[in-house]
Amino acid sequence: MSRHPEEHSERAHALMMAALDGELSSAERTELEGLLAVDESLRNEWERLKTVKEVTRTMTFREPPEEVWETYWVSVYNRAERSLGWLFVSLGVIVVLGWAGWHAVDAILTETELPPLVKIAIFVGVLGGGILFFSVIREKWFTRRRDAYKEIVR
Amino acid sequence: MEIVVRQQEPVATERDLILRAQAGESAAFGELVQRYMRRAYFAALGFVGSPEDARDLSQDAFARAYRARQRINPDMQFYTWFYQILRRLCFNFIRDRKLHRDKLREQKSWIVDDAAFRSHEHNPQRNIEREQTRRRVRQAIETLPEREREVLVLKEFEGLKYREIAEVVGIPIGTVMSRLYSARKHLASAIEETES
Repeated sequence: MSRHPEEHSERAHALMMAALDGELSSAERTELEGLLAVDESLRNEWERLKTVKEVTRTMTFREPPEEVWETYWVSVYNRAERSLGWLFVSLGVIVVLGWAGWHAVDAILTETELPPLVKIAIFVGVLGGGILFFSVIREKWFTRRRDAYKEIVR
Repeated sequence: MEIVVRQQEPVATERDLILRAQAGESAAFGELVQRYMRRAYFAALGFVGSPEDARDLSQDAFARAYRARQRINPDMQFYTWFYQILRRLCFNFIRDRKLHRDKLREQKSWIVDDAAFRSHEHNPQRNIEREQTRRRVRQAIETLPEREREVLVLKEFEGLKYREIAEVVGIPIGTVMSRLYSARKHLASAIEETES
């Protein structure tokens, strides 16, 4: 059964990749040789890809200074430890701020000398600030998650 | 005289290290870090291209893995699990880095020629041409789309098999091959540009 042209070229690409990387079986090698024998443009592409492989096989990563490895685990441990510290600090701050907020509300409600209009204004102001804060956070969160162009580097 | 025969300590298995780390032995996790730090650093380097960022990201990934160590399945490869954390961090970093390409242009390439393959060509003209081609390919690798570069780096620089790449990246082998093909096609165009 003959393949669809797109499937045919996908198969040819896969076979060429496997041949370059030494992951071709003998049956696949025969198949690739057959394809190359009848298709000149494929032969040209094969030659180009072989050149790429010849160049990339001679490349490697630039080594960092040896000190990077000597202090590596210590840095990882410090990071893990500090993030735990930050977590506790954040929890503490949230609890303290919550407690202070609760007392502030209580103090405003029980304050008899403050006119009711000022009390309402304080609550409305705090409520507005809260809404603005959550709105900005939510917008940032959703924009980040749904940004269709997020993979594009500016 | 008493002769003390010191037996060499057996090398701990990965499973053993994971279980000990989960039981609270941080040194066991440190051993895992020592085993995989180079691989993690170079994987991050392949993503972000900057040594400082690669070190930061790979260390951050290990720190996150350490905090989440209770979720590691001791019967699975540690690196496969860890790599998911690392690549997510790297992708997020690339997305957030506004001046990515400009930054990369400013610094030395993270790719070098392997000493074992250095040319012993006696023809200076040929040497210059080869160097130009290699430089062009290095630049082309650095500007490949992240997902193509990831697969190319795992194949060419880490020497993983297609099956292993598929496993760590979490994609089918067919996708590994098609990404490799696209990457190499880009590089072939870069070589052609140099030649023309």
